[in-house]
Amino acid sequence: MIAAIDAQTIVDALGLGAVYALMAVGIGLVFGVLRLVNFAYGQIVMAGAYTLAFTSQADWPTWAGIGTCFLVCVVLSALMDRLVFRPLRTQSPAVMLVTTFAVAFLLQNVALLIDVRDGTIGEPAASVASLNRAVTVWGVEIRKVSIVAVVVAIVALGLLALLLTRTRIGLQMRAAATDFGTARLLGVRANTVIGVAVLLSALLAGAVAVILTVQNPLVTPDFALKDTIIVLVGVVVGGIDRLWTAMLGGFAIGFVTGVINGALPTDKTVFLPSVVFLLVILVLVIRPEGLFARGRTSLVERL
Amino acid sequence: MSRRLDDTVQLLAPVLLVVATAIVGSFTSRATEIYFLTAVLSVAIVVAIYVFVGNSGVLSFGQISFVAVGAFAAGVMTIPLESKTGVLPDLYPLLRDHTIGNFSSLVLAAVVGGLFAFLVAVPLMRLSGLAAGIATFAVLEITHNLLREWTKIGPGATTLALVPETTDLFQAAIGTVVVIVIAFAYQRSRFGRSLRATREDPAAARAVGIDVHRQRLWAFTLSGTLAGLAGGLYVHMLGSITADQVYLELTFITLAMLVIGGVSSLWGAVVGALAVSGLDSFLSEAEQGVGVGFTIDLPQGARLVILGTLMAAVLVLRPSGITGGREFSLPRRRRSAPAAAPAPEGGAQ
Repeated sequence: MIAAIDAQTIVDALGLGAVYALMAVGIGLVFGVLRLVNFAYGQIVMAGAYTLAFTSQADWPTWAGIGTCFLVCVVLSALMDRLVFRPLRTQSPAVMLVTTFAVAFLLQNVALLIDVRDGTIGEPAASVASLNRAVTVWGVEIRKVSIVAVVVAIVALGLLALLLTRTRIGLQMRAAATDFGTARLLGVRANTVIGVAVLLSALLAGAVAVILTVQNPLVTPDFALKDTIIVLVGVVVGGIDRLWTAMLGGFAIGFVTGVINGALPTDKTVFLPSVVFLLVILVLVIRPEGLFARGRTSLVERL
Repeated sequence: MSRRLDDTVQLLAPVLLVVATAIVGSFTSRATEIYFLTAVLSVAIVVAIYVFVGNSGVLSFGQISFVAVGAFAAGVMTIPLESKTGVLPDLYPLLRDHTIGNFSSLVLAAVVGGLFAFLVAVPLMRLSGLAAGIATFAVLEITHNLLREWTKIGPGATTLALVPETTDLFQAAIGTVVVIVIAFAYQRSRFGRSLRATREDPAAARAVGIDVHRQRLWAFTLSGTLAGLAGGLYVHMLGSITADQVYLELTFITLAMLVIGGVSSLWGAVVGALAVSGLDSFLSEAEQGVGVGFTIDLPQGARLVILGTLMAAVLVLRPSGITGGREFSLPRRRRSAPAAAPAPEGGAQ
């Protein structure tokens, strides 16, 4: 039970927490302006990962593959926004959640159809795998990608914070997230704000796709599905209402699962999902506004 | 008089549709019969989900959990004693050393489903909207995790096999009709009407003294009971089952059926279930027939793509489903005698 929680485990857990924090912010950004929980976010990541796999099989240079990966994420997000989210803006959160659930399933099965053309499930992405090698820092073996993940997360989230606090569009996005109706009355353009939020969340998905593909170079149709579920849980538990709390929730759940999975032998962790989801239910029932949220009434209403 | 006729028609239409499906199925070959059997049972599952989701307007991703526990309870308890210790050696002695008959196993499935649903509902029914969606999803995850890993109550990650295949078209039709009749009786009862009032306007419903939490609790429990029964029938149709068969994909397909049919009416649930399983069967036949290089054991690809597209399209273009969320009514009669049938009558349900 008290197996080694060594430095390596901690660093890997930090890396996982960083990736989940990025995903949490990606989900939280769209939620802020649309009040929509995008269950299909993981499938955007999955599409990006497939792009990396196919471009690497076609012997594209790594930078081109990564660029295309970002492009695919952006295009797919824009399509999703235009075809699905926009017609649904007036619907209840529950209807939107079911719809994104349907979109997630749809995209996953489209990926399966494309993937099985060669008779096997899963496409390897070799070009980015070199990042997965270990380096030794102060006598500790650290996978490069864990460092990359933490750095990317800090840089991306720092830039995002600057954008949100220092620019005009950032101010408008924050205003829209607080009260969309009033923000529109004051001259905030709904489509612009939503478009920027979707774009930013797509860029984050691209970054996540690259990092996750490095960690796990075999891309399958359910790539990032499990991660999305865990992140969604983290986001709701942390408090989906604000980006900070959503990000903290995502990071915390990534870090904790990372540490537990690294420290405990696998036969001790079979019931871990049950414990995690039980905690989720507890938090939702006791503190529906989220663990890290303070004082504000939540839109996650309770009877 | 016309009111009573309306009521009768509203109940008879879905029942007759199910019975007709079963009768048509009984004249087909053994290979085709399974499609009709599946269609009839999916009506039972979807109506069970509808009892809670449709009447309360609260989304639940968790109702398949109750199908799952019903299926595993009925399955584990009907495996013949002589083979049970061999296939499921780790079971608790109480489960290992007893075996019950077909009918009792269905009752057991319903009771276990209902009990589990009640336990879950006591804390969860305080939530609504998004939180309810996530929390019920958590229930599905927990159920799946326990069924997959806990070998003292079931087969764990392996297949639960050797379950007697007692669900034929006759039993499936009877079970499904029972589910429909109970769902109908519930939605016309005081409880059902109170819950539907909370769906339309929670604040107003509370103002007239409806205890929203309690009404949702009853509906969730009833829904779990019916889902458990459906699960019992399901496992006796398949003869073997794994935890993965009553998990995300079944949740997706049954939700798709409910949404495509129309969430807020019993008629919508029945029509949606039959229409989608009809389409589903057709697509899987087509996949077999065309057979474009699906050599690996995941042939459902195209089928689920089409179902997913359909579900998303219905949600975006017509969120109230193909029935518009209304109960069945005889259209001709109303048009021929517009003066006799005042409009509010039709709009009430």
